[in-house]
Amino acid sequence: MKLWIALAGVLLLIVVQLLGGAFYTVHETDTVILTQFGGPVGDPVTDPGLHFKTPFVQKVNRLEKRVLEWDGPATEMPTKDKTYIQVDTFARWRIGDPAQYFVKLRDERSAQSRLEDIIGSEVRTAVAGHELIEVVRSDTTRVTPPEETAEGTTASVLPTAKRGRLELQRDILKAAAPKLATLGIELLDVRIKRVNYNQDVVTNIYRRMISEREQIAQRFRSEGEGEAARINGRRERDLREIESTAYKRVQELRGEADAEATRVYAEAYDKSSEAREFYGFLKTLETYRKILGDRTNVILSTDSEIFRLLEKSN
Amino acid sequence: MSQPTLVFRNPPDWRRLQVLKWVLPALFAVILAFTTYFTVPPDSQGVVLRFGRFSSIEEPGLHFKLPLGIDSVETVPVKRQLKLEFGFGTPGATNARQLSASRRSRDMEKSMVTGDLNAALVEWVVQYRIDDPRSFLFKVRAPEQTLRDLSEAVMREVIGDRTVDEVITTGRQEIEDRALQRLREMATDYELGIKIDQLQLKNVNPPREVQNSFNEVNKAQQDREQMINVANGEYNKVVPRAKGEAEQEISEAEGYKLKRVNEAQGDAAAFTAVLSEYLKAPDVTRKRLYMETMAEVIPGLAGTWIVDDSVTQLLPMVQGKSIGGGK
Repeated sequence: MKLWIALAGVLLLIVVQLLGGAFYTVHETDTVILTQFGGPVGDPVTDPGLHFKTPFVQKVNRLEKRVLEWDGPATEMPTKDKTYIQVDTFARWRIGDPAQYFVKLRDERSAQSRLEDIIGSEVRTAVAGHELIEVVRSDTTRVTPPEETAEGTTASVLPTAKRGRLELQRDILKAAAPKLATLGIELLDVRIKRVNYNQDVVTNIYRRMISEREQIAQRFRSEGEGEAARINGRRERDLREIESTAYKRVQELRGEADAEATRVYAEAYDKSSEAREFYGFLKTLETYRKILGDRTNVILSTDSEIFRLLEKSN
Repeated sequence: MSQPTLVFRNPPDWRRLQVLKWVLPALFAVILAFTTYFTVPPDSQGVVLRFGRFSSIEEPGLHFKLPLGIDSVETVPVKRQLKLEFGFGTPGATNARQLSASRRSRDMEKSMVTGDLNAALVEWVVQYRIDDPRSFLFKVRAPEQTLRDLSEAVMREVIGDRTVDEVITTGRQEIEDRALQRLREMATDYELGIKIDQLQLKNVNPPREVQNSFNEVNKAQQDREQMINVANGEYNKVVPRAKGEAEQEISEAEGYKLKRVNEAQGDAAAFTAVLSEYLKAPDVTRKRLYMETMAEVIPGLAGTWIVDDSVTQLLPMVQGKSIGGGK
């Protein structure tokens, strides 16, 4: 009895082991390569789910089916115009040919190092063959917006690039992809992540930026002074205009007034010879009143109208 | 699996085994029960895999699955708004990929070269959601890291096409729009299963070494406004007053005109009236007016000398006596 139970247990274990060894699962993210005594057998299995294999003899090797990353180190390199820049690139790739990949590289670590060798050198080649501006600019058709320059806030305009970063990236991809394809790696995309000036260059850049800013500041100040002068000038001009216009109007009005008065007087006084004569007479009397005051001595002859009687009665 | 054999190998105590007969299946049932259900949190979706193959997407709630590793579940927080920070980091983020770990790498992230070959420090935030959990899990191995890399590449692309002034002052909105558009394109291209909701620029500054000169420009701009304002102030101080004064003078002149004309007309009317009466008796009126005037004038004089018209030697006499003597 005891023996029977023990035997049954051992048998069960063997069956389970056999079944377990005969089945394997393929995950959505995996490609499986079966190997037999170290060598690959059959086509890579890409269809996810439960699969069957020969137990014990065949071994399951899992490879990534997803898109993988490669993030290169920031590397210093010169451009065509001999500016030293730090370029940091990254790439996306996947295992395009699992069989090749498995045979030639085995694991991802060696794949990463080959990616670094090949892409790194292509990046160097591309950067060295182009001026800095080609690495910096992407949309080569873009120019400084006209309102920027018009407003005078920009010291510099955008230098134009012939090809631009996007084309450089395409060059790198095109050059590196075939080399990696032989290793079973399908290179999908290479992009420049960062570009920075080298430490020695950067001080020059800063110096240039500072002088550029100073120039703008000076222009602002001079603009302010110019504008202020313009306003002051306008002020003087307006003041003079206002004052002189007023003076002109005042003189016109006074002239009109005097002319009108003169006309009215003349019309009345010049109506007839009697009027003229009478006016002369009245005016004379009025004048007497005005010029004969308390400081006047008057010598009157008895021949005068007022004293004529004085003599006659004598 | 090896537990039963272990038990059988022990010396058989039949009474004990009798108990085990019940305990073992019970234990097995409990384990089964615990591995046949799973819950999906309210902000997530559960992706169910059968033998590693995609089988279904489950909404939040309690669900059942096949036990013993036949079905496996991965939950993906599809409704959660996630964000990535570049060039800075809000401390205490729950998502480890939200920010770069070290200060140095954050400094590297924000340092950029502008289109006019100047340098600028740009900080920004990308907000996104996982909108396709299947792509998110199965298309790309490190979707979030990929999104980080893409964001950096895109931002530098956009900054590299703009002048430092556009980057720092005028072009912010445009940069955000353009970068968002580019990043969306690329996220779709890469099949990340991620939807970019927003891209916002945070602090955008010139490098510290040139900060002062940028401030100087701002100050100069302020100075310009200041100078213009002062001049305008001076203008406004004097010109409106001069206008008022001018109007005053003109009004006064108009008043003068009215007065002068009215007076003239009055005088003329008076004269005409008197004249018509005078003409009726000119001699008498003349005499009367003359006498009246004399009567008025003579008493107010300093002295009046009446001389007979036969006297001809008046002057020596006047010289002999002070004329002002009569005062």
